[in-house]
Amino acid sequence: MSVELRANWVALQTIVRKEVRRFTRIWPQTLLPPAITMVLYFVIFGNLIGRQIGDMGGFSYMEYIVPGLIMMSVITNSYGNVVSSFFGAKFQRSVEELLVSPTSPHVILVGFVLGGVLRGLAVAAIVTTLSLFFTDLRVHHAGVTVMVILLAATIFALCGFINAVYARNFDDISIIPTFVLTPLTYLGGVFYSISMLSPFWQTVSLGNPILHMVNAFRYGILGVSDIHIGTALGLMLLAAAVLYTACYQLLSRGIGMRQ
Amino acid sequence: MTPALTIRQLTKTYGNGFQALKGIDLDVAEGDFFALLGPNGAGKSTTIGILSTLVNKTGGRVEVFGHDLDRDPSGLKRCLGVVPQEFNFNQFEKAFDILVAQAGYYGIPARIAGERAEHYLTELGLWDKRDVPSRMLSGGMKRRLMIARALIHQPRLLILDEPTAGVDIELRRSMWTFLTELNRQGITIILTTHYLEEAEQLCRNIGIIDHGRIVENTSMRELLMKLHVETFLFDLRSPLAAAPTLTGYPAQLVDPLTLEVQVEKSQGLNELFAQLAAQGVEVLSLRNKTNRLEELFVSLVEKNLAGGQ
Repeated sequence: MSVELRANWVALQTIVRKEVRRFTRIWPQTLLPPAITMVLYFVIFGNLIGRQIGDMGGFSYMEYIVPGLIMMSVITNSYGNVVSSFFGAKFQRSVEELLVSPTSPHVILVGFVLGGVLRGLAVAAIVTTLSLFFTDLRVHHAGVTVMVILLAATIFALCGFINAVYARNFDDISIIPTFVLTPLTYLGGVFYSISMLSPFWQTVSLGNPILHMVNAFRYGILGVSDIHIGTALGLMLLAAAVLYTACYQLLSRGIGMRQ
Repeated sequence: MTPALTIRQLTKTYGNGFQALKGIDLDVAEGDFFALLGPNGAGKSTTIGILSTLVNKTGGRVEVFGHDLDRDPSGLKRCLGVVPQEFNFNQFEKAFDILVAQAGYYGIPARIAGERAEHYLTELGLWDKRDVPSRMLSGGMKRRLMIARALIHQPRLLILDEPTAGVDIELRRSMWTFLTELNRQGITIILTTHYLEEAEQLCRNIGIIDHGRIVENTSMRELLMKLHVETFLFDLRSPLAAAPTLTGYPAQLVDPLTLEVQVEKSQGLNELFAQLAAQGVEVLSLRNKTNRLEELFVSLVEKNLAGGQ
């Protein structure tokens, strides 16, 4: 391993360790709330209301919504981790510690994204464990499940990074999650199949990227989906590549960080 | 010997059209202790910002130990440690963790980083505060923490942007001792400060920047030789009603017990004391009215301002 490569490897480990330490240190703000929220979803929507709804897609309503709820946790937490951590670093100017160092922009970006992905996965593990108290969960296609969850976490970690780069104050880091992410998640087929919608709204729903992620993940767990899995995976790979390139450009040009 | 720093025709125009640097040239030799002085808004922090890559230059060339900012920014950054004016570390992190993380960004493994962090925290009197969140440290401790952080990757060139601002005299003097020792060990140091006494005490060479231009770049000794007149204050044993007439020495009373006298370098003080003794004026002590460098600095900046207008 060359000196430069080894140095960047140490830098990457440093960033990731720091990110993981950050979200585990403040676990009552990062890991506990999604656990409580999801338990409430399982009890109210899955158990109480779900019994009135009956089956959906050949599964009990509880079984049907669990994959979507896990995906919802992954999306919000991977996004939230990067946006708050990177904006916090910008706000306190501690991001300058990284910018003055020889750490490559790729390493900085991958480090922050991995932090977001790891928090997303940690929350996914917690939510999945809790869901087992309410339903049996059998994985239909492990490869698709893992790939989708990793891609979704990466995509939203990258989105969080872009939000953090352009954010000028704390309001700016809550606008996108509140007004964009939450509506798209709720309309992304977490709680229903789009086959319940009119053809017009079915077509409109296909424009929602979260629908593709939720359904691809549901396919991995249950084996049912409203959309074509190949298309969903292709779109997710494309989105990850485009977002990564955009984030790298922002970071290497120092947008919002260098004068 | 490769110069520690070479700057050629460096320009910076900010987005709002403000031209902060108008083509500065600067050379700092390896091992030097260099003062970069200038009034507020002169371009000192912009220059340091460009060196540390936090400010994008508009034009010109910068090299640190032969590493070009455009072609080899990574090599340049490895040679350079910067202590900024403003605190820029995570306020929630502990002092020790801040240093170890900073070392990690330079590719220094955790074990070595830990040893170095202990060394610099001890050297700067912060070891007993290693587990304290940085926000709990006093202003002086935070400044020392930033110095330790800038040294953790053992740079060859250390730039300090007003490191003693807001620091009490005792601590300032201990920082001077620390910096002098670093320089003695071979680290090139560039210092910006508003305490001109500090520059005079520590630095061998000096650059004065004003309105984005270098108006003076010379050795401290040569610069101080340009000072022709010094003003002294004499503390008197007995009060005077009027200033004594001193041939060749313009004098005035500041108060009945303090006499202000201007002395040209060529004149010396013996003749002055002889005249005072002859008139029965008894002197208890004397001191410079202002720092010598300060007088020069003001005159150079005023000259530049007049030239600009």
